[in-house]
Amino acid sequence: MKYVDEAVVEKRMKARIRNNSILKFIFLLSTLFGLVVLAVLLIRVFSQGIAWLDWDFITGRLSTDPDRAGILGAILGTSWLMLVVIPVTLFIGVGTAIYLELYAKPGRFQNFIATNISNLAGVPSIVYGLLGLTIFVRALEFGNVVLAGGLTLSLLVLPIVIVAAQEAIRAVPQFLSEASYGMGATKWQTVKKIILPAALPGILTGSILALSRAIGETAPLTVIGIPALLIPFPGSFFDTFTALPMQIYYWTLDASLVSEYAYLAAATIIVLLVLLFLLNSVAIFIRNKFQQRY
Amino acid sequence: MAGNSDTNKNAVNVREMIAEKKKKKNLSNFTEKFIPTFLLLIASISLLTTVGIIITLFTEAIEFFKIVPIWEFFTGTVLRPMSQNPEFGVLPLINGTLISTFIAMLVAGPVGIMSAIYLSEYASDRVRRVLKPLLEILAGIPTIVYGFFAFTFVTPLIRSIFPEVGATNILSPGLVMGVMIIPMIASLSEDAMSSVPNSMREGAFALGATKLETTFKVVIPAALSGIISSFVLGISRAIGETMIVTIASGSSKNFTFDITQSMQTMTAYIVEVSSGDAPAGSTIYYSLYAVAATLFIFTLLMNILARYLSRKFREEY
Repeated sequence: MKYVDEAVVEKRMKARIRNNSILKFIFLLSTLFGLVVLAVLLIRVFSQGIAWLDWDFITGRLSTDPDRAGILGAILGTSWLMLVVIPVTLFIGVGTAIYLELYAKPGRFQNFIATNISNLAGVPSIVYGLLGLTIFVRALEFGNVVLAGGLTLSLLVLPIVIVAAQEAIRAVPQFLSEASYGMGATKWQTVKKIILPAALPGILTGSILALSRAIGETAPLTVIGIPALLIPFPGSFFDTFTALPMQIYYWTLDASLVSEYAYLAAATIIVLLVLLFLLNSVAIFIRNKFQQRY
Repeated sequence: MAGNSDTNKNAVNVREMIAEKKKKKNLSNFTEKFIPTFLLLIASISLLTTVGIIITLFTEAIEFFKIVPIWEFFTGTVLRPMSQNPEFGVLPLINGTLISTFIAMLVAGPVGIMSAIYLSEYASDRVRRVLKPLLEILAGIPTIVYGFFAFTFVTPLIRSIFPEVGATNILSPGLVMGVMIIPMIASLSEDAMSSVPNSMREGAFALGATKLETTFKVVIPAALSGIISSFVLGISRAIGETMIVTIASGSSKNFTFDITQSMQTMTAYIVEVSSGDAPAGSTIYYSLYAVAATLFIFTLLMNILARYLSRKFREEY
């Protein structure tokens, strides 16, 4: 008695193998789909914007006249924002991570904070904008200045920094801190001189990625209220400002009125993307160069 | 007696050293005690943020519901905040949000999961190491850039094929939003599928299954909780997405299901009203918070659901 009819198996096998190859091809196409759209997007933006991108555009002041408009104000505004975001997120983010990883006793409270952080990471950025508007702009009466925008963006990217710092601290092997304790060091000495330096590359990489998220964020700034046409440059934390993504937003909106604004928006996008690309390269460089594997 | 005075000198030194050591120790004792409290304070800033969000959203939303009954808000199909006798029905916004999310998931769902299957099951190590970071670039592009792309490229493209489509419509931002979410679904689903142990695949192969059959009958069922939770997170992301829909879908507050027309999402409404300088204390100002609270609850529920799914139904091997 034959258990397997080889003829039938043979016949079906062909179809099964064919299906496998066809679907493999479709799966590959799907993977490439996203990349093709990415390529179209980049080509489109560069072809529209590159002609408008010159030194005068980068160092020029804002203007309603497309030929004279420049984005130095937006670049400065974005830089001022980062001057707030970097120290605030590093300080709070690393502090929180140290507490959660090294000081908090595992248990309900630690779980509670961890859950809270992952919920915060899922809150839409526009809600942070409303928080910033209510607390920083109105209740604390900062107005729509650099400090209000920067603090809002800091709260927004804080969960990313915390999680990155936690992972970096967790990756520091136990034997390093045990050796430190064995030499008679106290806990804080160990944290400060052993764990943090070892975790620094990971923390920096994560912070830079969070920073690039903050640089591209537009929605919270629209809620806080950024003037559409701002000629003076910001000179302190308490000056009004505009930022690169806001400039792209306004020029895109007005492109239906003045068609050249679309090209200005594209040129600004190139500047923004180059900036993000540089930041990410630095992050990858730090990770590859300084990350120690134990 | 030189030796004696030496010992004396040494003895004094040791005492001084002990005293100094004690002083240092007291200081470091103080630091050791102080630092944990200090760190706890820093860590509670994240809690304060949550509390801040909830308090600001809900106190102002309650003010709003004193003027507009909560029932009218959630069942009203007419939204006319700027008119003489304003009406505040949130359904047009919820409708716009859900439709754009649906369109986005029609793109991101299938493409994302098929990419995940390719990356996890078919691609060689080398191909994966090239493709995955490239795909992640999509996730790193600021949403304002996608908005620009939707408005100045995708919409005109759609209109050149279907001229009846409006200059602002929900279809184009929905599609672009889908592309933006692809990497999120692809990478989370791929993680779920990669964590299915090889022994299960090998078992299926040994029984004569093809790679495709193994994928659909063994790997995907085993990774299902992770895949579904990636979908839920994608939905949550789409609901909260702001700039793409604000730019490309316009501000029509019609309650319609026609995807060729302009529709406003909850997020876009918040941008429109808050950049229109709504005076603090007006009904339209409070409506911001009511809409934002609704949005917050939507995304919060989605995130909780996603976490629940990936924890509850995770199969441990």
